[in-house]
Amino acid sequence: MKKYLLPSIKLTIVLIVLFAVAYPLFIAAVAKFAPGKGDGVTVKKDGKVVGYALVGQNFTEDKYFWSRPSAANYNAASSAGSNKGPSNEDYLKTVQDRIDTFLVHNPGMKISDIPAELVTASGSGLDPDISPRAAEVQIPRIAKARNISEEKIKQLVKENTKGPLLGLFGPSTINVLQLNVALDGLK
Amino acid sequence: MNTEITGVVFTYGLTLLLAIPLGKYIAKVFKGEKTWSDFMSPMERLFYKIAGINPNEEMNWKQHLKALLTINAVWLIYAFFVLLFQDKLPLNPDGNAAQTPDLAFNTAISFLVNCNLQHYSGETGATYFTQLFVITFLQFVSAATGIAALIVLFKALKDKTTTKLGNFWVIFTKTNTRLLLPLCIVMAIILAFNGTPASYAAKDNIVTLQGDSVGVSRGPAAGMIAIKHIGTNGGGWFGVNSAHPLENPNYVTYITEMVAQVIIPIAMIFALGFFIQRKRFAYVIFGVMTVGMLILLIPTMQAEIAGSPAIAKLGVVQPTGAMEGKEVRFGPAATGYWNIVTTIISTGSINSMHDSAMPQSGLMMLLGMMVNCFYGGCGVGILNYFIFIIIAVFISGLMVGRTPEFMGHKVEAREVKIAAIIALLHPFLILVGTALSSYVLSHNLGADWAVKPGNWLNNPGYHGFSEMLYEYTSSAANNGSGFEGLGDNNIFWNVSTGFVLLLGRFLPIIGPVAIAGLLANKKYIPESAGTLRTDTVTFGLMTFAVIAILTALSFFPSLALGPIAEYFSMY
Repeated sequence: MKKYLLPSIKLTIVLIVLFAVAYPLFIAAVAKFAPGKGDGVTVKKDGKVVGYALVGQNFTEDKYFWSRPSAANYNAASSAGSNKGPSNEDYLKTVQDRIDTFLVHNPGMKISDIPAELVTASGSGLDPDISPRAAEVQIPRIAKARNISEEKIKQLVKENTKGPLLGLFGPSTINVLQLNVALDGLK
Repeated sequence: MNTEITGVVFTYGLTLLLAIPLGKYIAKVFKGEKTWSDFMSPMERLFYKIAGINPNEEMNWKQHLKALLTINAVWLIYAFFVLLFQDKLPLNPDGNAAQTPDLAFNTAISFLVNCNLQHYSGETGATYFTQLFVITFLQFVSAATGIAALIVLFKALKDKTTTKLGNFWVIFTKTNTRLLLPLCIVMAIILAFNGTPASYAAKDNIVTLQGDSVGVSRGPAAGMIAIKHIGTNGGGWFGVNSAHPLENPNYVTYITEMVAQVIIPIAMIFALGFFIQRKRFAYVIFGVMTVGMLILLIPTMQAEIAGSPAIAKLGVVQPTGAMEGKEVRFGPAATGYWNIVTTIISTGSINSMHDSAMPQSGLMMLLGMMVNCFYGGCGVGILNYFIFIIIAVFISGLMVGRTPEFMGHKVEAREVKIAAIIALLHPFLILVGTALSSYVLSHNLGADWAVKPGNWLNNPGYHGFSEMLYEYTSSAANNGSGFEGLGDNNIFWNVSTGFVLLLGRFLPIIGPVAIAGLLANKKYIPESAGTLRTDTVTFGLMTFAVIAILTALSFFPSLALGPIAEYFSMY
């Protein structure tokens, strides 16, 4: 074994320098040219940072579009999913509670109007998006809370909808934070 | 077809399109032919010089394994101690604590064996230093170890009779410099330009639009996320892995990460064909593996798109399928595809919480890891498949009443014994581990561990059993994904899975390399009319049958107690 030990140690040191020092430094240097300079892309409102574009936030007020439920309470220093199994009775009660809360805040909506994503927790606990359908069911509530016409909000949702990649691949999404920032900008 | 299905089809198609030329390139590199990457050779020669390696020295299979095991032992000791003292080392801007000895033991082994059990969360359980100097480093070299072992097998199959199988250090170094590093640089840059953090900036604290104060963890993540997929390791920078919006920001990165994790495993199959100049043999292997993947993939995607029957009963609609534990930007189809790919190829990165998947999907993911050779991890996938080939050759030989032969070499008692031991090791580790944890749990020994046995499970009943079964299956397959509800950061799980990981890694590398080395040593028998041909569809079916029967016999009872029982309780 001794024959192999010295080359092992020396080769290890060389490769640590290559992979743990040179490689990440090189990527960090290239990322300086990327949006956000490799620090993450922030969203500003009136010149003040209100969040990261890719990281979801918690919204509980009626005047905002709500994001999905989160097992991490939208704290991006400790991402987490619920890890609840599909047959877990306690979990199903939690979902039922979320349905009830949603109906209280959105009078006039039926249970069958609610898409499941609004009452189930995301994988990361930081899901920044909702689907167009999940935005649609919230429009009447927001229109009432803000005293703006539903048409105007519908238009805003449409403008903030990101279609499938190249129109061909993947689902349509809406970034909730950016939509709400735009909503605050409506007069 | 809707855009979610086309997304999956496109992703797989793109993978194949890139894997074939990559396979050709890999074969060229290891044959020593001219390639575009020859500009790396001065750097490689410098490495050999510093390390005191004679690159022209040929090794036999035993010397290869000695070199492989020695350097792995060095990494294990190094990684363990760095993790243990990470709080005292630099590059810890968030002030994270040291890992406990049992956690450091588990983490070091886990990454050494190209697995990512990660009984900690990246945001709080590791520092920038350990993420780079231990984890990123091991993600490169452990992948290169698996590939190097496979190249030894390639060389053994190529020549008629030989003991000279190349130089381990050279094959290993070239895997790093010619294959892993260039692919990772391209991928890390794609990620960085799509919003993945790459700088050394510390955690940020912000006030949200609605006025909440939250933290946002960051760091030089892009490089690690690239190698975690290229090297099929899967260990995430952040706790929730590629479900995290910074680790996997959009559909472009989804496609990139999905292609990246399966491209080397598929390319290695084609490389085998080019390297030993038996393309048909490689195509048959590719065909069997692809059929295996589809058998697991289709029911999973179907179940996830259809949604949960328990949620449907509550009255809400599921236009985007079963959404618990999933992200809107991927949707159920792309998530189902990820679930299966990450389990068949031992990546273990996740873009959704597997614990929350439908029971059928859980079953298919478990099967993917139990078989562990439909494409399989970097290098080791084909090594695992090779074991099944040897068993199929042996059984076919018995059926026709001839001495079994493979590639012109007699397969005799010694080789078959090794193959049988390796094939049985996998179910042994999984079932004994699960039985042990079930015993500890049901007798609730009242042990004063960080997580007491009574609090291990995040879900009751059948699903709780699946959480334990999944953890040992993932460990034995060196996969690393988990039913993460399991409370696994305590001495019982850290130590028991640590040993399962080690045995599940090195024996299935030693076994196939030994068989290949022994075969290459034997007299070459030219092909005759009576030779069993291994490059036919019939032999492919035979191998598939061996895999299916061995898996069913070993695992059906445990699967019946977990996901199958849960399925019948829900549907």
